[in-house]
Amino acid sequence: MKEGHFFDKSHNVKKLLKGFYLSLLLLIVVDLFLPKHPVFPWEGYPSFYGAYGFIAYTSIVFVANYILRKMVKRKEDYYD
Amino acid sequence: MIRSLPPAAILIIGAFLIPFLKGRLKSAYLLLLPVIAFINVVSIPEGIHWTVGFLGYDLIFGRVDRLSRVFGYIFTIISFIGTLYALHLKNEDGQHVAAFLSAGSALGATFAGDLLSLLVFLEMMPIASTYLIWARRTEASYGAGLRYLLVHLFGGLCLLVGIIIHVHQTGSIEFGYIGLNGLASYLILIGFGINCVFPALHAWLPDAYPEATITGTVFLSAFVTKTAVYALARAFPGTEILIWIGAAMTVFVIFYAAIENNLRRVLSYSLINQVGFMVTGIGIGTPLALNGTVSHAFCHILYKALLFMSMGAVLHQTGKINATDLGGLYKTMPLTTLFCIIGAASISGFPFLSGFVSKSMTVTASAHEGMAILWLVLQFASAGVLHHAGIKVPYFAFFSHDSGIRTKEPPLNMLLAMGIAAFLCIFIGVFPGPLYSILPFPVDYQPYTGAHVLDALQLLLFAALASALLMLSGLHPPEMRAINLDTDWFYRKGAKVFYRLADRLLGVKGDASLPHVVGTDREVIRGSEDRKVPS
Repeated sequence: MKEGHFFDKSHNVKKLLKGFYLSLLLLIVVDLFLPKHPVFPWEGYPSFYGAYGFIAYTSIVFVANYILRKMVKRKEDYYD
Repeated sequence: MIRSLPPAAILIIGAFLIPFLKGRLKSAYLLLLPVIAFINVVSIPEGIHWTVGFLGYDLIFGRVDRLSRVFGYIFTIISFIGTLYALHLKNEDGQHVAAFLSAGSALGATFAGDLLSLLVFLEMMPIASTYLIWARRTEASYGAGLRYLLVHLFGGLCLLVGIIIHVHQTGSIEFGYIGLNGLASYLILIGFGINCVFPALHAWLPDAYPEATITGTVFLSAFVTKTAVYALARAFPGTEILIWIGAAMTVFVIFYAAIENNLRRVLSYSLINQVGFMVTGIGIGTPLALNGTVSHAFCHILYKALLFMSMGAVLHQTGKINATDLGGLYKTMPLTTLFCIIGAASISGFPFLSGFVSKSMTVTASAHEGMAILWLVLQFASAGVLHHAGIKVPYFAFFSHDSGIRTKEPPLNMLLAMGIAAFLCIFIGVFPGPLYSILPFPVDYQPYTGAHVLDALQLLLFAALASALLMLSGLHPPEMRAINLDTDWFYRKGAKVFYRLADRLLGVKGDASLPHVVGTDREVIRGSEDRKVPS
């Protein structure tokens, strides 16, 4: 990888993203057919884990940046 | 002959010979010590060994059972990896000695069968570790090291008083199950809890670890918190309050890690999150949960060390560690990038890597006990791990926008150390059997069912989808040059107020070390700036 590194080329990034989206689709489809033994009832909902992961991640980003950061952010030399 | 000394003694006594050796002999000796300690741990039969009479009590330096032995294994393995990572340090005998002293005291505490020797080893460890912070020889490390030491001395005092009351009440110094039942047990729990980064008692860790030396952080990350996890598992299994203390630890730090700019501090917050899973398992206290805690401690030591080593390599090569200063390093540090990604995927719990086979035990244990809210919290925290450790650390260091920094891979010994840790992360993930066979209780748990793998992949990859969409749409807030207040604010600012009050009311100018605690007086530490080596 001397010249033109892998992620500098937008078609490489697009290909990767396409593969990523396809794998997500595959997970949704497999989830519909895979036999499960849910302990909690919501585990049986289609793609519960995917939805929970998506919502958890998004809420972490927004709560951290728009609530916590507002409260605790200080300049780098605050304690100096 | 190897069995004639307890494991702690091999490293502690062995450490003092280091300054007398030179060149390749020293390197060979450094690598040999943890190997001998490992063989020692393997070869000692179960039971009580090395009992010494002291003031009418029996001090036990070798209580070997399935719980202590598994910690003995991982502490000696990580000592080898950490030593290999630090092997290029030529004129830093102090760091090598301190590293072995902290490793030796971790082993001492692990195999201690009585509360007195446990206390001594638990106190030796932070003292040795403080040197690994100060050896960075920067203004920030001096202050952070002093605060680290003071917090641990306070924890040690709680433990000491708790132990004295406990021994007075029970007449025994045996270190076994204690449980929460009165003042002594609460003080002992707080003493362990400070080392174990309980919420609000945690700030020493993200304050100190990022300021330690590049190689020292690897040792710091392995011993203090995990020895406390061991002590909790021994003394307080099934203590319900630990479930919620642990659950809180898994959650609150993920928000801090999300907004932190210093990537070694991100990993420090992440460490608290991981220890939270272990504490939760101790609180649940079933064999499955305790197996989860112990296996997670084992795996965590490896992948957290791997992550700290990869960020250490970045700091070593570029002199930078803030997300805002880095990016694009995959172009010139491909191996370090690969090792970091393996560590990041392991900690996130991707199938076929070590985090998956350990963390899922604790989460499953919470489900078996019907703890729905706890289960939801732990799953939420798992998505949080993916955010800060799985994506943020590797992304901002190695990918993201190109910082323009062109460097090269770190020295071979650092690469080898990372390679060994990465190999073990994969090996344990693919073949969990050997790890399961050394856990405290017989394992009746199958991590690789179709549903387990699918559920984990869904949680992680859809969380990653959220990350991708937020970044591609520009909705993901940028990293910022800033610090974030944590509970250390109370003693850093509190000490400042105390210092001023003492000055005004009593005319006491105070000890010259106090400004380091609060981080105020630059004049006092001017002398330390003459010494360089930000290693």
